[in-house]
Amino acid sequence: MTGYLIRRVAQAIVVVFGVVLLTFLLGHIIPGGAARAALGQRATPAALAQFNHDNGYDLPIWHQFWNYTWGIFSHFNLGYSYKNNQTVSSLIGNRLLKTLVLVGLSTLLALVLSVPLGVLQVIRRNKPIDYVLTGGAFVGYSMPAFLLGQLLILYFAVDLHWFSFEAPQAGSVIGILSDPRALVLPIFTLAAITIASFSRYMRSSMMETLTEDYIRTARAKGAGPWRVLFLHALRNALIPIITLLGLTLPTIVGGAIITETVFNYPGMGLLTTNAATQNDVPLLLGTTFVAAVATVAGSLIADLLYAVVDPRVRYA
Amino acid sequence: MSVSPTPAVEPAAPEGPDAAPAGGEAQAVGGGLTVQLLRVFVENRLAVLGVAIIALAILFCWVGPLLYHTNQTDTQKALLNSVQNAAPDGAHPLGTDASGFDTLGRIMYGGQISLEVGFAAAGIATLVGVLVGAVSGFFGGFVDGFLMRIVDVLLSVPLLYLLIVLAVIFHPSVEILTLVIGFTAWLVPARLVRGETLSLRVRDFVQAVRVMGGGGGRIVLRHIIPNTIGTIIVNATFQVADAILLLAALGFIGLGVPSPQTDWGSMLSNGVNYAFDGYWWEIYPTGVAIVLVVVAFNFVGDALRDAFEVRLQRR
Repeated sequence: MTGYLIRRVAQAIVVVFGVVLLTFLLGHIIPGGAARAALGQRATPAALAQFNHDNGYDLPIWHQFWNYTWGIFSHFNLGYSYKNNQTVSSLIGNRLLKTLVLVGLSTLLALVLSVPLGVLQVIRRNKPIDYVLTGGAFVGYSMPAFLLGQLLILYFAVDLHWFSFEAPQAGSVIGILSDPRALVLPIFTLAAITIASFSRYMRSSMMETLTEDYIRTARAKGAGPWRVLFLHALRNALIPIITLLGLTLPTIVGGAIITETVFNYPGMGLLTTNAATQNDVPLLLGTTFVAAVATVAGSLIADLLYAVVDPRVRYA
Repeated sequence: MSVSPTPAVEPAAPEGPDAAPAGGEAQAVGGGLTVQLLRVFVENRLAVLGVAIIALAILFCWVGPLLYHTNQTDTQKALLNSVQNAAPDGAHPLGTDASGFDTLGRIMYGGQISLEVGFAAAGIATLVGVLVGAVSGFFGGFVDGFLMRIVDVLLSVPLLYLLIVLAVIFHPSVEILTLVIGFTAWLVPARLVRGETLSLRVRDFVQAVRVMGGGGGRIVLRHIIPNTIGTIIVNATFQVADAILLLAALGFIGLGVPSPQTDWGSMLSNGVNYAFDGYWWEIYPTGVAIVLVVVAFNFVGDALRDAFEVRLQRR
């Protein structure tokens, strides 16, 4: 298992360096360059040259890349947002933590709901409830998240007054967590697509596990159907879901952009939407970098979890 | 990365007496196997439903405007000649939107762009993915390591973030959005095709081509890629659905196709602004259209996967 761990961590480090290179390159393909983007269309050539000199954009490209990488890893320098007149890292501030709260809670909800739903579909397979849940999964997967969010607001916040129509606006993470009534709809909106795909995978993972030899052995020993289902099959059927979790993480983190925008949730996704509206490329590159690194870390954790759960990896 | 809603597992195919002879050459796909494939596909009622919905949507979007003439491009005329946000009546069966455009006609017009971008972006993603995957898997070594690290890096960046950055840098237009979605969505097909190539390249028929003097390019293009066609088609079907949804998401963030052009996603995100005013005709018809079409592509993709799996099992 040590070998697996070392390889997996090394791979994550390589990917993080790749992400640094990617955001660096994206910053250099802006038509007209960063100076034009910061100073505007009417800046004089002298001003552009001065800007490029001040920011080190006249250095050789490899030297710029070195400065960029060093800046990120030595003092978390992600660049400067000229539109907001603030450094990108100060703009992101504790918004990453808030987004992680949203992403974490929705992923948890997705797991808690989709595993029983998948198992239920296996128990009642090819019965009406199976078809209804399958249909629901297809619709959940195919509906634009902003439409789902808006409809939930319309029915559950405006018509029924069950939940708030806006996400918690507190400055601190504790403040956000202390307003559960406002958290319900954003969490469910972000979780919907994950619930849809996870429950489908859970269903077929379970079906596949039930055809294994060890299930037949368990039945032959005289284990009852429930014991076989929950003690023998479920534990093994859960393993692929953990792999899936790591693979789905980028989609969930990306989906948070839409959910945060719909519910005005003060996380990194909303910051990204605002940056897009303002054409603030340095800020966009900053949030992209942070989101990618968070995703890499999340996938790494999922894979390490996988190693702990699956003895075939643990003892390899 | 996108994960299709339904994983392939279930039906173990019965051992047919008409099992095709072994040997993976592309020619073997023709004749009896195509019929078999079609049979498995048609037996799946959801797949037939999916194809029907897609065909209807295409008819609706392209033939519809020939029968139902509306102005969808002249903003001034729309503002002057009709009431904004008008409820459905005789003149406008589905009312008008905030700019005075007829909603029914706009669903046809927006649908053209949604479907065009969906198909074109899926085409680009598939083409790039297949080439990268086949080259990577076939040549292995340094080429493989290099290409797959690129895939690793791009897969770890949440797709929507990357799309937003590119759309902002290059300013959205239908062509730019198609290219941006196409060139960011090729990662999954690349991985899938690479995986298949790894197992195909050691097969006997590839050795035979080598012995006969076929070079690497010929083997990849004429022998490896045709044998991954099942995987490619299945993934391309899901790609169309995903591209339509990604375009919709970009439209919601304000990076959709520029007005007066529109797509279903931009229409919806304009429509939901009026959700509290009760202008249902600006939300539900478009919402139903997008969900139906995306569901249809997912149905077809699932059925194709089952059909190709059965083919593989019988081989």
